[in-house]
Amino acid sequence: MSSQRESKADHIRHIMETEGDAVGDNTRGFNDGRYESVAKLEDYEGLKDEAREIKEDAIERLPELIDQVTETIEENGGTVYIADDEADANEYIAEVCAENDAERLVKSKSMTSEEIEVNEHLESRGVDVVETDLGEWVLQLAEEAPSHIVAPAIHKSRAEIAKLFNAYFEPAEELETAEELTMFARKQLGELIQDADVGMTGANFITADSGTMALVTSEGNARKTVAVPETQIAVAGVEKIVPTVEDLQPFIELIGRSGTGQDITSYISLLTPPLDSPTIDFDDPDTPIAGEDDREFHLVLIDNGRLAMREDEELKETLYCIRCSACSNTCANFQSVGGHAFGGETYSGGIATGWEAGVHGLDSAAEFNDLCTGCSRCVEACPVGIDIPWINTVVRDRINTDKEPNMEFLVDGLTPDTETSGPDLQKRLFGNFETLAQMGSAFAPISNWVAQAGPVKQLLERVAGVTDQRDLPAFQRTTLVDWFESRDRIPPIDPDRKVVLYADLYTNYMDVERGKAAVRALEALDVEVLVPSVSGAGRAPLSQGMIDTARTKAERVSDQLGPYVDEGYDVVVIEPSDLAMFRADYDRFLPDEEFEPLADNSYEILEYIYGLVANGADVDQLHVANGTETVAYHSHCQQRTMGLDEYSIEVLNRCGYDVTTSDVECCGMAGSFGYKEQYYELSMDVGSNLEGQLRDADADHVIASGTSCTDQIGDLLDEEPTHVVELIAPR
Amino acid sequence: MSHQIEDTYDQFATEAARYGVGVTEVSPGKVSDAIVERIELPAVGIELPWEDATLPESVETEPTPADIEAAATGVTAASLAIADYGSIVLRSDTDGSEPVSLFNDLHIAVLDRADIVPDMEAAFEWFGDELRESRDSAIIATGPSATADMGALVQGAHGPKQVEVLVVS
Ligand code: SF4
Repeated sequence: MSSQRESKADHIRHIMETEGDAVGDNTRGFNDGRYESVAKLEDYEGLKDEAREIKEDAIERLPELIDQVTETIEENGGTVYIADDEADANEYIAEVCAENDAERLVKSKSMTSEEIEVNEHLESRGVDVVETDLGEWVLQLAEEAPSHIVAPAIHKSRAEIAKLFNAYFEPAEELETAEELTMFARKQLGELIQDADVGMTGANFITADSGTMALVTSEGNARKTVAVPETQIAVAGVEKIVPTVEDLQPFIELIGRSGTGQDITSYISLLTPPLDSPTIDFDDPDTPIAGEDDREFHLVLIDNGRLAMREDEELKETLYCIRCSACSNTCANFQSVGGHAFGGETYSGGIATGWEAGVHGLDSAAEFNDLCTGCSRCVEACPVGIDIPWINTVVRDRINTDKEPNMEFLVDGLTPDTETSGPDLQKRLFGNFETLAQMGSAFAPISNWVAQAGPVKQLLERVAGVTDQRDLPAFQRTTLVDWFESRDRIPPIDPDRKVVLYADLYTNYMDVERGKAAVRALEALDVEVLVPSVSGAGRAPLSQGMIDTARTKAERVSDQLGPYVDEGYDVVVIEPSDLAMFRADYDRFLPDEEFEPLADNSYEILEYIYGLVANGADVDQLHVANGTETVAYHSHCQQRTMGLDEYSIEVLNRCGYDVTTSDVECCGMAGSFGYKEQYYELSMDVGSNLEGQLRDADADHVIASGTSCTDQIGDLLDEEPTHVVELIAPR
Repeated sequence: MSHQIEDTYDQFATEAARYGVGVTEVSPGKVSDAIVERIELPAVGIELPWEDATLPESVETEPTPADIEAAATGVTAASLAIADYGSIVLRSDTDGSEPVSLFNDLHIAVLDRADIVPDMEAAFEWFGDELRESRDSAIIATGPSATADMGALVQGAHGPKQVEVLVVS
């Protein structure tokens, strides 16, 4: 193993061992809570659309809104400071503290304040900084970084926190329960807040019309932080501004549900500072508090790369992020490792790639960007509909571009991509999977023997980082297209519909059986089927951040399939990740007049069969269940995001099968991810949840929809599952 | 209309109960007695804005920092309630409603039944006009303060552990 890949694998293994269980329990709990909580909304999708529109509009008009909010807050009696970068912000904040002779500043939780590392800066100026959010306080005592953007200490168990407190404070009686720990912390922090000189908060949103900041919290520490001291500083990214108070409503309804699965958090503070609430001077305990106080308020609006992100067509969407954490919680890889592996300098989870690239630069993003496998489960979870996988792909492409091209001759022969610069060897190998598959098939079975042979596997691992723990896919000498052309075929007389079955790379070169099954099933339902030779969809290069190569593939596919679509053929796709290309990703690569007809006329195989059956085709032409036959079914991540898993389940039901489905977000293989030696163990850890569910189901058949899932389940259960269509196709 | 108000009240009470918040309907004259039944002493409070509803003698209505620190109960008015979330809206003022509703283990909030709105949309229509006009601050409070940061859900993190709402009709 290369030393770089080895140290990455070691790091991930260590985090999984020490923090994986706590992070997994918590994030899965949040994720389940999200599904439950959003289901209670009458119009969840409508609310998300509204939230998205507000953010699009606000970021579009950002310079104008910055001016407006500045005017409003100054009219209210506060001060606004626009800080270009971290140093600028920290300098200003330190000055405010110095002017107030501040000895202690108390803080409520704010990721933006962590981005600028204000604590370290103030401490170097002699100000005592105390985090009052219980999770943040734990981390401050433990000198650790957050592992989650909303629940920063989820990687620590109750027992670890008890150990920390007992060692640090040596209380008369050892603390043990969550209740005891909480009450102890409340008391300690309560005293620290009492004689604080400055209170610092973040802001989830700021309204330009009234200068109101919304803070979404549960503990009450933010309220105290604001209520007690005379001086308040709020630190917020410029992107937090929304035009009006009414614009807050969809966000308030979505943020808790999306993040921790709470319909609403205990407190939504709508603060229009300076506050008219009296300060509480505990040094003067006997004077009634009521009355007007001379409060001071500073809003520090942080640019730190955000205005440049706004000008960057690809990164701009990041600014819509409301930092709810749904994309972390729903991410199978994040559930296994948390933010200490899946995160950069400040931010963690899928969207962190955008934030880190924007505020800290590509290097910070490069550390963890590979952990986004593009499964797309986060896209439907995101309350503002950010295409998080795309941001990861773009940043990956830029990281590749930053590198010197790889000139090794062997690799260039195997990797005829259109990249102008240098993705590393591992990425190029997987990105050029189409060429590998063509050659593997041409030389099968010899190529398979060679590939499975010890020396070659070792070479692949050493040079390209392909794990030797997995069997490599076996290529078929006779491709699906070859088989289809050479068979004696009697086309249905007077077919109901005409279909082009897309021979994706996996089906054409490796899983030929599922392709044959698809042809049999379609023909049994009176459909005319063609299986022409068509280019790979570009999923493989896209997943490696090789966008130019993916675009070239998209153009080829469009040239090849377009004429069929024009002639009234439907395009049927077996591999869900390729269908997702046709339906979504190609929108970025093709002109509308090419993208739309292809997207509108492409179907997943079981979606298509469902349509035929629902319109009167005879289900008994398929292979129906013999008595009670049970099926354990794992649908594919992208198939679920497209909302297509239901069709497979429904067709199976109509064929008489008794179906149990898995509810894990992703199998963990995700294309090439699980083949990469540095991620193999993580991939298997993610898969272990799926394994448990499939074993518990104890069904007659284990079936799946994606090639990756099939490979992964094969490795997990030591038994290769089949595709849905192979179960229901007439034999 | 009155039917709708009935539903709104019931919905508010049901939703608030999910967070362990007790909701009781009382007539204005009985507010003081109802507070006495629930209060734990010492108590601090802010005078209610309705003529015929008053606080009991035992509540200190001009609290000092020492009173706030010593009190077990804080009594304040709520300006609004949001039925489908079981939330109440607490407005900040120069009297000190914000600290009085925050620092003590028990918060008793008194609400006018006419101020229950059905949903968040209605609440934000109200906030929009109010906040643009007055530039005031308010808290949407739902249930007691809570944290899960110490390994399990605990009620009463930095704020109240228990909330009681008296609805005046
Ligand atoms: S990207 Fe979307 S899901 Fe992720 S934290 Fe931001 S708003 Fe939430």
